Amino acid sequence: MAMPLHQFFTSTDYLLSLPMIMLALFGMGVLIIDLLLPPEWKRANAWTALVGLVFSAIAVYKVQIADRIAEAHGQAGSFVGFGGSLVADRFAIYFYYLFLAGAAIAILMSVKYLEIEREQHGEFYALVLFSVIGMMCMASGYDIVLLFVGLELMALSTYVLVGFLRRDQRSNEAALKYLLLGAFSSGIFAYGLSLFYGLAGSTNLGQIALTLEQHFLANPKDPVAILALLTTATGLLFKIAAVPFHQWAPDAYEGAPTSITGYMSVAVKAAGWALLLRIFLYMLYPLRPIYLPMIIFVSLATLTAGNLAALTQSNLKRLLAYSSIAHVGYMLLGLVAGNTNNASSTGIKGIMVYLLVYTFMNLGAFAVITSLRRRDIIGDEIDDIAGLMFKAPTEAILMLVFLLSLAGIPPLAGFWGKYFIFLSLIESGHYALATVAVLYAVLGLYYYMRIANAMFMRRAETAEPVSLSPGLRLALAITALGTVIIGIFPEVFLRAAAWSLSVPQASAVAGLLK
Amino acid sequence: MLHLALFLIFGVIAVVGAINLIAQTHPINSALSLVVVMGSLAAEYLLLGAEFLGAIQVIVYAGAIMVLFVFTIMLLNAGAEEQTRGSKVAIIIGIPGMVIGSVAVAWALIRAHTGAEVPVGSLYGSAQGIGHLLFRDFLLPFEITSVLILIAIMGAVVLARRES
Repeated sequence: MAMPLHQFFTSTDYLLSLPMIMLALFGMGVLIIDLLLPPEWKRANAWTALVGLVFSAIAVYKVQIADRIAEAHGQAGSFVGFGGSLVADRFAIYFYYLFLAGAAIAILMSVKYLEIEREQHGEFYALVLFSVIGMMCMASGYDIVLLFVGLELMALSTYVLVGFLRRDQRSNEAALKYLLLGAFSSGIFAYGLSLFYGLAGSTNLGQIALTLEQHFLANPKDPVAILALLTTATGLLFKIAAVPFHQWAPDAYEGAPTSITGYMSVAVKAAGWALLLRIFLYMLYPLRPIYLPMIIFVSLATLTAGNLAALTQSNLKRLLAYSSIAHVGYMLLGLVAGNTNNASSTGIKGIMVYLLVYTFMNLGAFAVITSLRRRDIIGDEIDDIAGLMFKAPTEAILMLVFLLSLAGIPPLAGFWGKYFIFLSLIESGHYALATVAVLYAVLGLYYYMRIANAMFMRRAETAEPVSLSPGLRLALAITALGTVIIGIFPEVFLRAAAWSLSVPQASAVAGLLK
Repeated sequence: MLHLALFLIFGVIAVVGAINLIAQTHPINSALSLVVVMGSLAAEYLLLGAEFLGAIQVIVYAGAIMVLFVFTIMLLNAGAEEQTRGSKVAIIIGIPGMVIGSVAVAWALIRAHTGAEVPVGSLYGSAQGIGHLLFRDFLLPFEITSVLILIAIMGAVVLARRES
């Protein structure tokens, strides 16, 4: 019996997948145009990729408008496509914009850098675009099959991007390590998901949550459910580099091209968080009493190991890698906040704000480090940034802004991320955790100031000047503006984060957040 | 009952094959263990009712892909041919293991009522069912997988390209 096409692929499906279709088209376009370009024109690929990101952003905006119209007609929460496997809710749209911004800034940072490394190839930009498709699936997937395929799509592109500098031994080693550990963790994650499928008989997150709720009431200590929870959580915690699953991060961050390190620490990490929040809040919320102690332990371990290890690093990229592990610890505390059965909405809002401000401040810091790469200087040691104030004062001051923001000093953006996390902890009575987190934030200030100390107080090791390419200049301007503006005028952005979490009434997850 | 017994037997064979794959030092032995894993997975699919998937598993994975694997290994490790008088592992574990496996399958088959057929699971395993799943329920993951494969090809090309 033949069924007409529009039953498989409706106009809603088309609209909801339009942002991904745009990225796929432009990604393939970059690959084809790359073949036609003479070597000295290869940088044009970056512009094609940026145009693709803009088109994708326009498509996301169309989805957002359609979402608003559906809500006005009282059909809120029904805005799902592909038989319920894709949900374009506000949560997903917020993350879509975050991924697109992160990818655009990373591409701006890459143009000159790749020329210096003599690795200017179109595949680089195509891989960035394709990885964003994977991230979008991770943020909007409502079906474990789609979530997993999206995760693999993103991870595979990132493995290749990490190893993109073939002449560099560190890059190759980092890619191989990342690939092996990443494949291992994906396997564990898939195993957990398959157990949940076995328990629930459905791949839909909402269905699994309903079945788990009944299952959990009847049998609170079912070993299969707990095994499934542990394996799934291990896979997720690995992807966001939480301790004790963080060992891959410093090596991968150090070996990767610097712009990709920045990209990994913001967009890839945000995608991991989107997946984690989707699974923990939408699928596993009946198991919250079981996973809560585990998350508390992991967040404390992550804060401790990340902050202590960052103290002694001499390599800038490794230092920021450990600091990004520490930031994951703060964000995990946002998930802890709330009572046993419900996550605190302030805590989740804190995570969303944190991811937004982190995108700007961390990419900014990496943009400065990218500019330290010159013809014969690798430029990722603290010694390389010494005396930056005397060579490039603007850059040094911007770097100071990013570092202070990372440390969480008001009135910069980073303050608001930490503020909401701490607020949520205090609101829900986790005073001890809040105290520990504040102490670690003070410790964080120390290692960020080590970099500042090198920039302002020490003499430069080499006389080689630091110059900024136009792309890098634009990237620095965007990230600096983002860091300062979010810090001084946070209302718009806080409203955006709150908006992303305001779940429509009709949705099955209403009442999930406290 | 017979269904469950067969399912467990093939499951154990698959796991043992996978462990052997890692334990072997010679790549050819590992490749052959992988054939065992693929073959028993095909049997598992069949028992679950995914007959189309089972057939594809044998044709594509146990057949085509494994031949490719073995070719590649032979091309890369074209060292001197080793001749052994039969490995100890094969004599101590392999042959008894095979005997035990065959006996277990035979025992399970004989113990069942004569003439009874092993029921096939109720998954959507036919070619039609798979088509429905791929192009209706899992349309988007299916399309995303095509991008995933594109990246895998591209990644291999990028990482293996020559110095210009």
